[in-house]
Amino acid sequence: MNKPVRRIAIFCGLLVLALLIRDNWLQFVQADELKTHKKNRRVDIARYSQPRGNIIVDGQAITGSQETGGVDFKYKRTYKNGEMWAPVTGRSSQVFGSSQLENIYDRVLIGDDDRLFFNRTVDMITGKGKKGGDVITTLNSKAQEAAFKGLGDKKGAVAALDPRTGKILALASTPSYDPSKIAGANDGENWTALDKDKNQPMLNRALRQTYPPGSTFKVVTAAAALENGLYKDVDSKTNSPLPWTLPDTVLPLSNEGNLPTCKDGTLREALRISCNTVFGKVSADLGNKKMMAMAEKFGFNNKQIFTPVRVEQSVYPKDNRPQNAMAGIGQASNRATPLQMAMVASAVANNGKLMEPYMVDKVRAPNLNVIETHQPKEMSQPFSKQTAQQLQSIMETVVQDGTGKNAKIGNVTVGGKTGTAQHGVDNSANPYAWFISYAKTDNGSPVAVAVVIEGSDTDREEIAGGALAAPIAKNVMEAVLKTSK
Amino acid sequence: MSTMPSTPSTTTTTTISTVGPPSRRNTELALLAFAVILPCFAYANVGLALDGKMPSGMLGYGLGLGLLAGVGHLVVRKFAKYADPLLLPLATLLNGLGLVMIWRLDQSERLARLAKAQGFTFQASAPNQLLFSAMGIALFVAVVIFLKDHRILQRYTYISMVVALVLLVAPVFFPGKFGAKIWITVPGLGSIQPGEFAKIIIAIFFAGYLMVKRDALALASRRFMGLYLPRGRDLGPILVVWALSLMILVFETDLGSSLLFFGMFVVMLYVATERTSWIVFGLLMSAGGAAVVGSVEPHVKVRVMAWLHPFAVYDTPRPSWATTEQIAQALFAFGSGGVFGTGWGQGASDLIQFAANSDFIFASFGEELGLAGAMGLLLIYGLIVERGMRTALAARDPFGKLLATGLSAGFGIQVFVVAGGVMGLIPLTGMTMPFLAQGGSSVIANWALIAILIKISDTARRPAPAPAPSTDAEMTQVVRP
Repeated sequence: MNKPVRRIAIFCGLLVLALLIRDNWLQFVQADELKTHKKNRRVDIARYSQPRGNIIVDGQAITGSQETGGVDFKYKRTYKNGEMWAPVTGRSSQVFGSSQLENIYDRVLIGDDDRLFFNRTVDMITGKGKKGGDVITTLNSKAQEAAFKGLGDKKGAVAALDPRTGKILALASTPSYDPSKIAGANDGENWTALDKDKNQPMLNRALRQTYPPGSTFKVVTAAAALENGLYKDVDSKTNSPLPWTLPDTVLPLSNEGNLPTCKDGTLREALRISCNTVFGKVSADLGNKKMMAMAEKFGFNNKQIFTPVRVEQSVYPKDNRPQNAMAGIGQASNRATPLQMAMVASAVANNGKLMEPYMVDKVRAPNLNVIETHQPKEMSQPFSKQTAQQLQSIMETVVQDGTGKNAKIGNVTVGGKTGTAQHGVDNSANPYAWFISYAKTDNGSPVAVAVVIEGSDTDREEIAGGALAAPIAKNVMEAVLKTSK
Repeated sequence: MSTMPSTPSTTTTTTISTVGPPSRRNTELALLAFAVILPCFAYANVGLALDGKMPSGMLGYGLGLGLLAGVGHLVVRKFAKYADPLLLPLATLLNGLGLVMIWRLDQSERLARLAKAQGFTFQASAPNQLLFSAMGIALFVAVVIFLKDHRILQRYTYISMVVALVLLVAPVFFPGKFGAKIWITVPGLGSIQPGEFAKIIIAIFFAGYLMVKRDALALASRRFMGLYLPRGRDLGPILVVWALSLMILVFETDLGSSLLFFGMFVVMLYVATERTSWIVFGLLMSAGGAAVVGSVEPHVKVRVMAWLHPFAVYDTPRPSWATTEQIAQALFAFGSGGVFGTGWGQGASDLIQFAANSDFIFASFGEELGLAGAMGLLLIYGLIVERGMRTALAARDPFGKLLATGLSAGFGIQVFVVAGGVMGLIPLTGMTMPFLAQGGSSVIANWALIAILIKISDTARRPAPAPAPSTDAEMTQVVRP
């Protein structure tokens, strides 16, 4: 009987061997995969086991951490003035994940970034807990406040840039949400309410929503006209009949109201009173290719704009002649994010040089050593300095005695362009009010801004960009001018 | 082997040695000391990790475990002098470590809150488990003292069969818990898992039955394609056991016990008859049965699906069969432990939630002690099984051989089925890790199992009684080269 017993002994040995092999597979080969699996709660437990690093604006933290007294998550994220800053910070939620800066800089904020390795090791040896680094942003809290308060309970967004560097100064979106309310472990109800809200409070309109740019796009069209030599300068007469019929159609393109000076009007006059006929024809004369090329130099059709938060692609598509003509006045299938239109204004203000927009200036280790500094980068040069100066001149006319008078600031030079974009079937929905502008000082232009308001229930006549959006832009510019002195 | 003096001996010389092998009791004592100290260190470790200070129950725990081990040792020294020296220390070590892990999980705030949220009162399991361990040792002592010779068990072959059947069938009449009917619940007293005891009793029945029938089963067969096919009427017993296992599976939805009993029977049948054909038959029958039941019986089907797709529970939309994230959580626990583990008290295996200290206790060990610790535990189990097999080889009577093989193979299969289930090697079953896991029936029954192995090994290694002095010893010439 011993032979079969020996064989059974070997069989049992093989069973144990199989277990040993499986154990090695799990705990050695697959260990890292399982350890960092997105459903492995230990990852989140570690993430919230110490206070998170902060996101900083103007030297002040706009985030914080709070002890929860919970079992799994010792701390939770808090936000100061969360609604105002949500488009910048994003969220860090124990249940619903993280977004935007909180997500992109997660490893820095929890102290896991490779560049913090030295700090971590020292802290471990000296027996201190792990600490997170800080993310220092380029934002200007006064400008942000002006933008957020200006939008008030209207639906819309503001994006403001420093044209000289590309620093993002303000990034507001309304209606907004307070990320503190969904940061904890038991905030499911708040999340559901936000998620189901038809006003989409969690949508970052400044970066992620595209709108028809309306008349503000005429700045791009004017730039294309000058750069392509269609008209010598902004004060020479254009070849613009009134009324003008869209190419290949019998549809006349009308102006907003009776504007007789649009007939053969100069670009300056056309921009001042926002002639659809002049710019529609410019676009038609240049053709789709040239218009698209100019728009792309400003950043349209580019999916790869990161601030480092991804910016939704603004588009200027290939189209037929009548549609392309309409696109020249921002009323066809071309669409732009508020940040994109702020980039347009900033390229004009910075003498034709478009700087890459960014919102993280520095990343700082817990011991205050800077481990990453962002250097301003030129993104493109959409047009020459001469063209830029001409465009500045006509945009300043718009504010001096055109549709943008509401943006005038005392003795500061301000250039701007209003826009009222129709949308909906047969333009039935309330139009979008746009305003893009920049302010100039002796040291170049410190601020360019784009404001869009989705006219919800305001009187249709009032939605013109000049009435609703320009005052907000003005306040933002003033806030920047005051703080940069 | 022996170092005989080269000079001609004048002492009595017989063919059977009366000196016998060393009793190895001191080896056992030294190992036992180690098996008690190691869990004490673990206990201190848990306290330091969780509260930053030595746990207050340290002395009591150390003394308690030491006392239990000491009593076990003394009884073995007196009543089973030649027993295998490894079995008692290995079992003590596992039991001690299991107690520490159960105590460590008692401290889990996460489990306490979970119980509260579900409306239970959270009860510490360690004190009860210590009590059960004491009862286990008591049964061990009783078996070692009162079971004078394991061959006595052979008399109870058919009574064993009846008792085993009753134990196996009884849970059907009691309410099931957590998807398996493997408990006998006595209101007010608690519940026992009869399967754990049935495992031993059925091994006694198999051993007794096969010892009688082995010749018939082995010899009366026809040869066909290189295999000895048993006669139709000899197929009876294996068919009955097979049917019984399937019934356990279907009516009690207990995949583990089903596999265990059938596996044990096939192993013992093979050892008794030395016919490979039985193994082939057994494998075919279990494969067939498993395939049919696995695709028909919904509970088993769920287990198989959960084994194939452990992370499906997180998919959206969630498949309807994915009802629990336990397997995924167990795998996370193993993975998070890595090679060296988080250390006692520093893991988060309580995320497994329910049954973290019973069915899934091996995952808790995997996380806190790492690959190193988990492999250590598996090797300890392997050692127990192989010491049992060694006992079977040394046993002088066929009944002892069969019983020792059956018990150790059953033990081994159980470890494989549980650890393999928790590690995702095979579908998860509702059995517990012997000695480690929380649960009274399991720890008590397994101490009885160790006691029987100890008795068999004692009988096997005990030197034969000294023969009557040979009268012609002086006259015998011993010729030496």
